[in-house]
Amino acid sequence: MSSASAVVPPIKSPPIQSDRAASVVTEGRIVRWLLIGVAIVFLALFLVLPLVTVFVQAFAKGWAAYLAAFTEADARSAVRLTLITAAIAVPFNLVFGVAAAWAIAKFEFRGKNLLVTLIDLPFSVSPVVSGLIYVLVFGAQGLLGPWLIAQDVQIIFAIPGIVLATIFVTFPFVARQLIPLMQEQGTAEEEAALTLGASGWHAFRTVTLPNIRWGLLYSVLLCNARAMGEFGAVSVVSGHIRGLTNTLPLHVEILYNEYNFVAAFAVASLLAGLALVTLVVKSLLEWRYADDIAAGARRH
Amino acid sequence: MAEPPLRPRRRFRQPSVIPGFGLTFGYALTVLSLIVLLPLAALVLRASKLGFSGIWEVATDPRVASALKVSFGVSLLAALTASVFGFIVAWVLTRYTFPGRKIVDAVVDLPFALPTAVAGIALAALYAPNGLVGEQLAKLGIEAAYTPLGIFIAMVFIGLPFAVRTVQPLIVEIDKEIEEASATLGAGRLHTLVHVVLPPLIPAVLTGFALAFARGVGEYGSIIFIAGNLPYVSEIAPLLIVIKLSEYDYGGACAIATIMLGISFLTLLAINLIQAWSRRRFGYV
Amino acid sequence: MTDRRQLSFSRLRELAAGAWIAAALSSGAFPSSALAQTELLNVSYDPTRELYKDINAAFAEEWKAKTGETITVRASHGGSGSQARTVIDGIPADVVTLGIPSDIDAIARISKKIDPEWRTKLPNQALPYTSTVVFLVRKGNPKGVKDWGDLVKPDVKVITPNPKTSAGGRWNFLAAWGYAYEKEGKNADKANAFVGELYRQVPVLDTGARGSTVTFAQRGLGDVLPTWENEAYLVFEEFGRDKFDVVVPLTSIYAEPPVALVEANVDKKGTRKAAEAYLQFLYSDKAQALFAKHHYRPSRPEAADKKDLALLPEVKLFKIEDLQGNWDDIQKKNFDSGGLFDQLSKAGR
Repeated sequence: MSSASAVVPPIKSPPIQSDRAASVVTEGRIVRWLLIGVAIVFLALFLVLPLVTVFVQAFAKGWAAYLAAFTEADARSAVRLTLITAAIAVPFNLVFGVAAAWAIAKFEFRGKNLLVTLIDLPFSVSPVVSGLIYVLVFGAQGLLGPWLIAQDVQIIFAIPGIVLATIFVTFPFVARQLIPLMQEQGTAEEEAALTLGASGWHAFRTVTLPNIRWGLLYSVLLCNARAMGEFGAVSVVSGHIRGLTNTLPLHVEILYNEYNFVAAFAVASLLAGLALVTLVVKSLLEWRYADDIAAGARRH
Repeated sequence: MAEPPLRPRRRFRQPSVIPGFGLTFGYALTVLSLIVLLPLAALVLRASKLGFSGIWEVATDPRVASALKVSFGVSLLAALTASVFGFIVAWVLTRYTFPGRKIVDAVVDLPFALPTAVAGIALAALYAPNGLVGEQLAKLGIEAAYTPLGIFIAMVFIGLPFAVRTVQPLIVEIDKEIEEASATLGAGRLHTLVHVVLPPLIPAVLTGFALAFARGVGEYGSIIFIAGNLPYVSEIAPLLIVIKLSEYDYGGACAIATIMLGISFLTLLAINLIQAWSRRRFGYV
Repeated sequence: MTDRRQLSFSRLRELAAGAWIAAALSSGAFPSSALAQTELLNVSYDPTRELYKDINAAFAEEWKAKTGETITVRASHGGSGSQARTVIDGIPADVVTLGIPSDIDAIARISKKIDPEWRTKLPNQALPYTSTVVFLVRKGNPKGVKDWGDLVKPDVKVITPNPKTSAGGRWNFLAAWGYAYEKEGKNADKANAFVGELYRQVPVLDTGARGSTVTFAQRGLGDVLPTWENEAYLVFEEFGRDKFDVVVPLTSIYAEPPVALVEANVDKKGTRKAAEAYLQFLYSDKAQALFAKHHYRPSRPEAADKKDLALLPEVKLFKIEDLQGNWDDIQKKNFDSGGLFDQLSKAGR
C-alpha cells in the first residue's frame, strides 16, 4: 500500500544486520570508518551542537539565573497554556488518528490515496499558512468572524485558536504512524475475533490495540513534543498577550527580544529536554520491545 | 506488503465483516474537513478574489518572485545536501557496527522533536560571527548567519531526518545474497553498489528528498532567527506572508500562501507517484 | 506477549492519562474565564516592554486607590504593523499604543473600531510622549559616525529593521530622508537617492526594532544601529556601557508614537471607563516621570525628574509632516506596496 510514511519517523525494530568485516558485501575498513566519521561529524555539527548550545547558554550564568527564568509569572502562565494546548490537541489527534487509521487500513474503498494525501497535507503546509487560514476563517475580517463577534466568541488571539492551529500542524502524526502499522497486520485477526462473537469495539481493544500500542505511544509522544513546540502557526494566531496567549516557544522569543538570553535559553532548554525525553523513550521502546514490534510487523 | 487483489470496483467500499467503517470513516472525514479542508478552502477562496491574473501579478512581483526563489532554491539545495548525507548516515547506521551507534540513531530524530524556535535561536547563537562555529567560519571569510547560507543550514537541520528515515528501512531489507552474487560474479564493490544496491533505493531517496524539500520550503520558526531577512537576498516566502499581513495586504498574503500550498500539494503528489512507480518497478515502497 | 508486558503497558496508559488530567487540573480554568476583575489589554509596539511593565503596575495601584477595584493591564508587544494587524483581525484590545500614527489610522480605516478623529481626543495630538532616532555604535566609534551622512560611507554597515513591519524602521527611514532633503536644498530626488544608498549598506533587515538590536548588540553585526532613543539607552544599560557609545546626530526626526482608545472593543467589553482612565493616566505626573525614566521624551517635561531629562540630548528635530504632508500621504508614498521603499529595494538589488 501507499503508506510507508516518512512524514513521521516510524517506530521500528532496530536495524540489526550481522556484518563482518571480512564479508564480500561490505566496504573496506578505511572506507567504512571514513563513512562513519563523515556521518558522525555531520550529525554532531548539524544536530548535536545546536542542542548543546541551548543548554550551554541556559546555564551560562549558573543555576540561580537558570531557575529564575521559571519563577516569573509570565513563564508560568506560558507553561500552563502550553500544557492546556497539548492536553486538548494530543487526545484530539489521537482519536482522529485511530479512527482514520481504522477506516484506511482495515477497509478498501475508492479515493483512499487521495484521503491519505489530504491527511498528509498539513505536514507540508508552511506553519505560517497554517495560522493564516484560521485568521481568514475566524478573524474579525474573516468568513465567520463577524458572526462570532456577534455571539461574543473569541477564537483567534485566545486559547481555541491556539489549540486549532496546534491540532492542524500535528494532524498527520498519529494517523500516519498507525496506518502502515495496521495495514501490515492485516485484518485476519480481527475477523477471527469477530467470528468468535466479539463486538467490534472488543475486537479493537483486545486484538488491534495490543498490536499497535508501541507505535501509538510513540506517535502520541511525538505529537505531544510538536504540539508543545509549535511556533510559526501559533505565532500568527496568538496575539502575544502576556500572561494570556503566549505559549512556551513564543515566550522564548519574547525573552530573546528582551535581551534576557539566559532566560530565553532556559525556557528553550525545557522544550529541548522534552525533545530529548521523546527520543529516549522512543529508543527505549525500540530496544526493550524490539521483538514485540518486529513480531507485530511480521504478523500478516 | 502486498497490494490487495484488484477486484472490479463497482461500489465505493468493498464488503468486509469488520465493523466500524461508517463511524470511523465518517468521523475522520468530518474532522479532516473541519480542521484542514475548510480553512484551506477559505484561503483559496480569499486568493481567488484576486483572480488568476491577480495571483499571477503577485507571484511575478519581483520581491515575491525573489522570496519564492530563495525559499524554493535554497530548499532544493538543502534537501539535496540532506539526501546525500542522509544516505551516508542511513547506510552507516544499518550496515556498520560501531560504538554509540544506537545513540547516533536516536539523534537523527532530534529535529522532529525539537521546537523550531529553539533550533532557530540555537543556530543563530552558533553561526553568528561571534558564535562558536561562526567565528571559525568568519576566519575563513565565510558569513553564515544572516545570509542565504544561514537559511540553508536551518533547512538541512529540519530536513535531515526525512532523508535518513525514508532510506533506512529499505537498506535493512536489501537482500545481501544479491550483493554476494554480484561479488561472486566478479564485480567490484563500487560496481556492485552503483549497479545493484543503489537502483532499488532511488525511489526512497527521492521520497526523502521531496519530504525534506517540502518541509524546507514552508519552514519559518528556525529560519527567521538566522536569516538576514533582506529583500531580494535572504527573505523567505513565509516571512513575506507575515510581512504582507502586517501591511494589511490579505490578498497578497493569501496569493503567496496559495502558490506555496499548490506546490506543497504537487510535491506530495509527486511522492505518491514515486511510490506507486516504485511499487510497480520493485514491488515494494 | 507476556503478562508482565501487558501490565506495564496498561500502567503506562494510566500514567499518560493521569498526566493529562493532572496537567489540565493544575492549570485550572481557562485564564480568560478566571478573571472576574476588570482587565484591560494594551496592544503596543516592540520597544515599550519595559516601559509598560512599570506604567501598568503604577496605573493598577492608582486605580485601586481611587476606586477600590483591582485591575490588570495586560500587554502585547511586537512589530507595530503586525500589532495593528492583530487589532484589525479582532484581538480584544482596549487601547493601542503604537509606534507610528499611520498604524492607528489603518485600524480606524479597515476595522472602523477606532474613531478616525482619534488624534484630537487626547492632549498633544494623542502623544503622551515622543522620541527621536539616535545612533548606537561600537565603543570608541571606530568608523567615526557623527551624522546621517556618515551612514553611507563605503565601509559602514547599518543595522535597521524592516520599514514594512516596524515603526522604528519607518522612523529611521523618514529621518534619513528628512536629513537628506534638508541638506540637498529640499530636493526630493536627491533625498530618495540618499536613502537608497543607505539601505544598500544594510546587511540584515529584522522585522522589529528589537530584532535589530539583538542582531547588533548580541550577534555583533554591523557598525551602527540607528534606533529609538529609548532603545539606544536601554541597550547601554542592558549590555554595558563599555561596549557601545550613543552618537546623537545633528538633526533628527520628531518621532510620534501615539495612543488611542479602541472604541468598538471597550463598548463591547464594558471597559470604557477604565480604558479612558488608563489613557488619561499616561498624561499624569507619575506616568510622565516614568516616560522620562525610560528615556522617552515626556509631553509634559515639568512632571519628570530633572536628572532623567538631562540625559535626553539637545537635537534639532524636524517633523516629517512639515516635509511630506499628512500621514496618509507619508504612508502611501514611502511604505505601501510599490512605494519608495519598494522602489529602492528593487533598484538596489
